[in-house]
Amino acid sequence: MNRSLRPLAATAVIFALAYAASIFQFPGMFSTRVLGNFLTDNAFLGITAVGMTFVIISGGIDLSVGAIIGFTGVLVAVLIGWFGIHPLAAFAIALVVAAAFGAAMGAAIHYLEVPPFIVTLAGMFLARGAASVITQDSIPVTHEFYSTVTSTYWLMPGGGRLSLIGALMILVFIVGALVAHRTRFGSNVYALGGNAVSAALMGVPVARTTILIYTLSATLSGLAGIVFSLYTSAGYPLAAVGVELDAIGAVVIGGTLLTGGYGFVAGTFIGVMLQGLVQTYIIFDGTLSSWWTKIVIGGLLFVFIVLQRLVFSASSSRTKTFWKLKHE
Amino acid sequence: MVDTHSAAAAGDNPFVLEARGVIKIFGQSKALDGVNLGLRRGEVHALLGENGAGKSTLIKILTGAYQPDGGEVVLDGEPVRFSDPLHAQSHGIGTVYQEVNLLPNRSVAENLFLGRQQTRFGFVRKSLMEKNARELLSRYGLDIDVQAELGTYSVAVQQIVAIARAVELSGKVLVLDEPTASLDKYEVEKLFEVVTQLKQRGMAIVFITHFLDQVFAISDRVTILRNGRLIGTEPLAGLSRTDVVRMMLGKDITFAPAVTGIEERAAGPALVEFKACGKAGKIHPFSLKIRRGEVVGVAGLLGSGRTEMARIMFGADQCDAGEIRIGDKPVSLTSPVQAIAHGFGFCPEDRKIEGILGDLSVRENIVIALQGKLGWFKALNRDEQMEIAGKFAEDLDIRAASLDMPVKLLSGGNQQKVILARWLATDPSFLILDEPTRGIDVGAHAEIVRTINRLREEGLALLVISSELDEIVAYSSRIVVMRDREMVAELTGDNINPSVIVQAIAAQHETVAAEGASV
Repeated sequence: MNRSLRPLAATAVIFALAYAASIFQFPGMFSTRVLGNFLTDNAFLGITAVGMTFVIISGGIDLSVGAIIGFTGVLVAVLIGWFGIHPLAAFAIALVVAAAFGAAMGAAIHYLEVPPFIVTLAGMFLARGAASVITQDSIPVTHEFYSTVTSTYWLMPGGGRLSLIGALMILVFIVGALVAHRTRFGSNVYALGGNAVSAALMGVPVARTTILIYTLSATLSGLAGIVFSLYTSAGYPLAAVGVELDAIGAVVIGGTLLTGGYGFVAGTFIGVMLQGLVQTYIIFDGTLSSWWTKIVIGGLLFVFIVLQRLVFSASSSRTKTFWKLKHE
Repeated sequence: MVDTHSAAAAGDNPFVLEARGVIKIFGQSKALDGVNLGLRRGEVHALLGENGAGKSTLIKILTGAYQPDGGEVVLDGEPVRFSDPLHAQSHGIGTVYQEVNLLPNRSVAENLFLGRQQTRFGFVRKSLMEKNARELLSRYGLDIDVQAELGTYSVAVQQIVAIARAVELSGKVLVLDEPTASLDKYEVEKLFEVVTQLKQRGMAIVFITHFLDQVFAISDRVTILRNGRLIGTEPLAGLSRTDVVRMMLGKDITFAPAVTGIEERAAGPALVEFKACGKAGKIHPFSLKIRRGEVVGVAGLLGSGRTEMARIMFGADQCDAGEIRIGDKPVSLTSPVQAIAHGFGFCPEDRKIEGILGDLSVRENIVIALQGKLGWFKALNRDEQMEIAGKFAEDLDIRAASLDMPVKLLSGGNQQKVILARWLATDPSFLILDEPTRGIDVGAHAEIVRTINRLREEGLALLVISSELDEIVAYSSRIVVMRDREMVAELTGDNINPSVIVQAIAAQHETVAAEGASV
C-alpha cells in the first residue's frame, strides 16, 4: 500500500471499530437519525477542517479559523439584524471579507516571510477582537430565510434527516477532495508541502499558491461561520473558541502529516466524524462529562502522531532499489 | 587555454553556451576572476576544482541563480542575462543537483510534469500524464511505476527522473552537479548510459564531480578552476590523471621542494589503533595506528573519504566492522561523548556549521567541551571559566576584544583557535583536525601550523586532514592518502613530498609502490 495511505486506513479502521463498539453498547446509535445529527452538528467544524487540510498539506498552519467563524457569525447577524440586509447578501459580504482577510494573511506569510503560526495567531486576535468590538452580546437572527433553511432537510432511509448544512459540508468535502487531488492548484499545494525550494525551482507559483491557500482556508471558515449562525440562529463574538484546534485535530487524525506534503481531504472527513462519534457516545452514555471528548481526541491525536512517525520513518530508507533487483 | 573568440573559429560546432570573462565578487573576495567556459553541442564537459575553486559559482551564473559582476554569458552567440533558474530553463539550460531538487512526496509522473500538467475542465488529465511519463522514462531505459511516490525510489532513479524533466524542459544544455556522489558503481554506469545517449542527441553536458575515474570515463573536454581562476580547458584525450590533479592542486611535480621533513619518532606503541574500520557507502575499511608525538597527515581530494574517516574516528559515525583499540584494549566508540571520554578531540571541517556556537561568547565556546566532559553536576563557575578561557586565549594568541564577545564576530583564524582551545581545555591525548587552515588568512595560517608542531612536541597524537600539500608535508610524520573512499597509500620518510602525494591521489599505484610506500 502507498505509505501515505496507511494513516488514512488506520483512521478508517479505528472509526469502524469505535462505531461498532458504540453500537454494541447502545444499539440506538446505529441509525440514520444519529448519522444525520453527526453531520448537522459538525457541519461548521467539517467545512473549516477542509480548508485546514489544504493549509497543513502545504506545510503551514492556520490558527485564525475559529476567530473567523466567530467574526463572520457576528457580521452576518449584524448585517441582517441591524441593517436589514437579506441573509444571502449578508453571506456574500461575509465571504468576501473573510476571503480578503485570508488573502492578506497569505500575502504576509509569503512576502514578509513570517511563519504562518505567527501571522495566523495575529489574525486570530484581530478577528476575535473585531467581533468583540462590534458587540459583546449574542445577537439573535430572526429572519424567515433562516427558519426556511434550518427546516429544510432530506429524509434518509430509516427516518434520519440530512439537513441543508449537513449536505453543504458533504459537498464541500467532495469539492475539496477534487481540488486537492485533481487540479493543478492541488498539486501545487502538495508541492509546497513537500519542498518549497524545489517547488519554486520546478515552476510552482509559490506566491500565488500560498495566498490562495490561506484565502481558501479563511473563506471556508467564513462559510463555517455562516453555517454556525444558521445552526445557532445567532451571532456571538465568542463562538467557536478553540475550533482551530479541533480542526487541526481532525486533519491530523485523518492522516495528514503535520509537517506537510502528505494528506487526504477524505481522511479529514473521517477525523471530523470520529470527533462526532465520541460526542454522540457521551450523550448516549449520559454520565460522562463532555470534556471526555477532549481527552479521547487528545489520546487519538497522540496515537496518530506516533503512528505517522513510525510509518514515515520505517519507509524513509529507500526501499525500491529497482536497478539492483534487475541487475541480480 | 580556451579562446574566448573561438566560437566563430570552431565553425561547424560553435559554442551553445559560453561564459566570457565572468567575474563574481562576494564581499571582498573574488569568487570568480575572469573565467571563460565554452560548451559545444554533443560534448560532455567536465568542470573540476577543489572546494572554493568557483565551480558552483560559475554554474550558478550560467543557470541564472547568480548574476555576474563582470563578463557575460552568451547563448547561441547572443549575450543573455538570466533572471533566475526558471528563466535559464526556458532558454534551454537545465540543472540537476546532487541533492535531487524534486518532490519526494509526489508521484514520479507528477514530478515530471508539475507546472505543465494538461487539464480538461480544470482537472488534471492524470491517466494521460501517467502514459506520457511512462513513454518519456522508457526512452531512458526506466520502466517503473510512475504512480508511486518519487521518494520511494533510489537516488539513482530520482536522478534519472530529474534529468528527464530537465531535458524535457530545456534541451540544449544540461548541468549535472555531482550527480554520482551517492550512487553505487552499477548506478553510475546506468547514469553514464543516459548521459552518453543525451550527448549523441546533441546536448551539451556539464559534468561536475570529484571522482577522476568518472571524468576520464565519460568526458570529452575538461575545464579546471582553482581559487576562482581558470587554469585551463583541454581535450581530455591528451591528459593524464597526474596532469589533472596537478592542475587542480596547483603543484608542479618537477619543481617539488625537497622535504627536510620531520624525523620520525621512535616507533612507540600505538595510542589509538583502528583495525579494518569501514562503513558501507561511506568509506572502505581502513587500518591505522596513531602514536603519541606524531602527526598523521591525511591527503586526498574532496570527497575521497577524508572527512568520513575523521567522523568514524570521533564516534560521530559508527563503523560497520572492524575494531578500535586504545593501548591494548578494544574499546567501543559509538558517540562523540565516548570519544571525548577517551581523550579525543575533533575540529570539524565546516567551522561555522559544525564547530563554533556563533552566538555564544568566546569563553563559553572554549569551556563547553570541558564542561561536557565533567558533566552536569560539576559546573564550572564563571571565574573558573574565565581562568581557563584566558589561559588558552593567551597560549594560542586568540585575538578577541573580550572573552565575552560572541565568537561569530571573530575572524576565521581566531575562530579556529577557539575551537582548538576548546579541545585543548579537555586535556586530550588524540586530536583530529579537519582542514584546520581553510579560509583563514596567511598569518593565522602560520600560527595554526606552529601550534600543530608544538602540540606534537608536547606528546599529543594528531590526525590532520588538509588539501594544502605544502602545509601537510611540513608537519606530518606520516601521510595517508585517500582516493575514492579508500585509503590507498601510507607515505613515510622521503615519500612525504607533494609530488608523491599527487601521484598517489592520481591513482598511479605502480609509482607509489615502486617508491616503497605501503599500500
